[in-house]
Amino acid sequence: MNTLSGPLAEVSYYEPWWIQIIKAIVIFAVILQVQPIIIVGERKGLGRFQGRYGPNRVGPFGLATPLADIIKLATKEQFRPDSSIGWMFALAPVISCVTAIGAIAIIPFGDTQDIFGTPVGLYGIDVSIGPLFVFAMGAVAFYGIMLGGFSSGSKYSFLGSMRAAAQLISYEVSQGLALVGVVMTAQTLSLTEIVHAQQGMWYIVPQFAGFLIFLTASFAETNRAPFDLVEADAELVGGYFTEYGGTRFTAYLFAEYINMCVVSLICVTVFLGGWLLPFGIHPPGWVDPFIVLGKAGLFIFFFIWVRATLPRLRYDQLMSFGWKILLPLATLNTLVTAIIIVATD
Amino acid sequence: MSWTPGDDAIHVVRPPAPGAAGGTYRVFAETLRGLKTTFARVAEGVHTIQYPEQKVPVYPRFRGRHRLHKFEDTGLEKCVGCSLCAAACPADCIRVVAAENTPEHRVSAGERYAAVYEINLSRCIFCGYCEVACPFDAITMGNDYEMSDYQRSDLIFTKEMLLAEPVERTPLRAEGE
Repeated sequence: MNTLSGPLAEVSYYEPWWIQIIKAIVIFAVILQVQPIIIVGERKGLGRFQGRYGPNRVGPFGLATPLADIIKLATKEQFRPDSSIGWMFALAPVISCVTAIGAIAIIPFGDTQDIFGTPVGLYGIDVSIGPLFVFAMGAVAFYGIMLGGFSSGSKYSFLGSMRAAAQLISYEVSQGLALVGVVMTAQTLSLTEIVHAQQGMWYIVPQFAGFLIFLTASFAETNRAPFDLVEADAELVGGYFTEYGGTRFTAYLFAEYINMCVVSLICVTVFLGGWLLPFGIHPPGWVDPFIVLGKAGLFIFFFIWVRATLPRLRYDQLMSFGWKILLPLATLNTLVTAIIIVATD
Repeated sequence: MSWTPGDDAIHVVRPPAPGAAGGTYRVFAETLRGLKTTFARVAEGVHTIQYPEQKVPVYPRFRGRHRLHKFEDTGLEKCVGCSLCAAACPADCIRVVAAENTPEHRVSAGERYAAVYEINLSRCIFCGYCEVACPFDAITMGNDYEMSDYQRSDLIFTKEMLLAEPVERTPLRAEGE
């Protein structure tokens, strides 16, 4: 697949630098354009789940609602509390956004394609440490939330960020362990290789427990209902972004939805066979990204569905669920997978 | 003399005992049941009435904006300016100034007529006492409820406005609907 040898052999460095730049821009643009669709989809979807229409006034079928939202948010006054720490307050949403978008870089949207004689991998970069990169980005993303809540100088924000710290750390453990099973089965950490290894059977079948654990932990990782204690609008006003408004709030909002995308895409890549289709269907290469996005759309619909269904957990329930149920299950899943692999090897 | 009920008389409802495997299964099953419930709402469809375009018809006895009436045959106003509606009004929002009818200038059927008849709708509580107090059925409660305006002074309805037909008729429920 690649022409280099040595330590960089795992990395697809055979592409010219300008292709890398074009790919980065295309992925960035596409993912960012998807966010308004998700936002309006969520608002309309929640409406349907509650027996109402949702936003339907701006544009045809209310599809221009996010545009109106953005104009409203962007024209708002930039303000911050007296007690906030200025540079940190401004930096925190940027960290959240950057890490969320950064994690998209390694998502494979398709196999290596021959575009005008140049082999181009339909992914930002095929790193040999795939899941670790995602978790690294997720770990840095804590700083966005933590610093945002801490530097706001408000008690609600501080409480929200403290909750975020505890919640994200405890669920990242289970999330990571759920992926270990897949990594062991595929014998590789590269996400494209993991997809290739699912040629015969998607990992959702042999790793169903891991899939459920990963999905559950993902809800906590992305601060979505029913694990949205970080925001907990009933008790914490808005959690870590209580004091944020205007474009900085928009940055946090985008980071949340991009994170939802990232988690869905990872789930698709790792458990649902990425760009592969079942029953031996092999569409032409340009369809691959649409397959991946379509599968991710299913997960995003599931996220919205769950948000419409489940009430928010209490904090102690969250902690005991994470540490007492999810973590032992994830560990057990890893152990059983390891034993089966060794036994059948 | 305390009454000790037997075991058969006490109605006991206990939640299922917490257990590791059973509890996990229960949580899981209940979650799926919840998901099914919410999805059934999607399948059921939308219950919203899109108000400015769709309007729910009001009942015939709905108390909306007041109407003043004229005799259909002679075209004379029914109101004789007796101010009983103003006296009955708990919100004190009706102002009536009466004047004498003359043979040259006959406005109402009685001796006097209302030269000024104003209802301040920003104070009106739509109780309908004016309708009850009126001896000639000159004032009744209409069916219009869309009366918002940009100026408070625009909400003081004069006699001409109350006599006129509403611009847009409020949909009315049919008999027995």
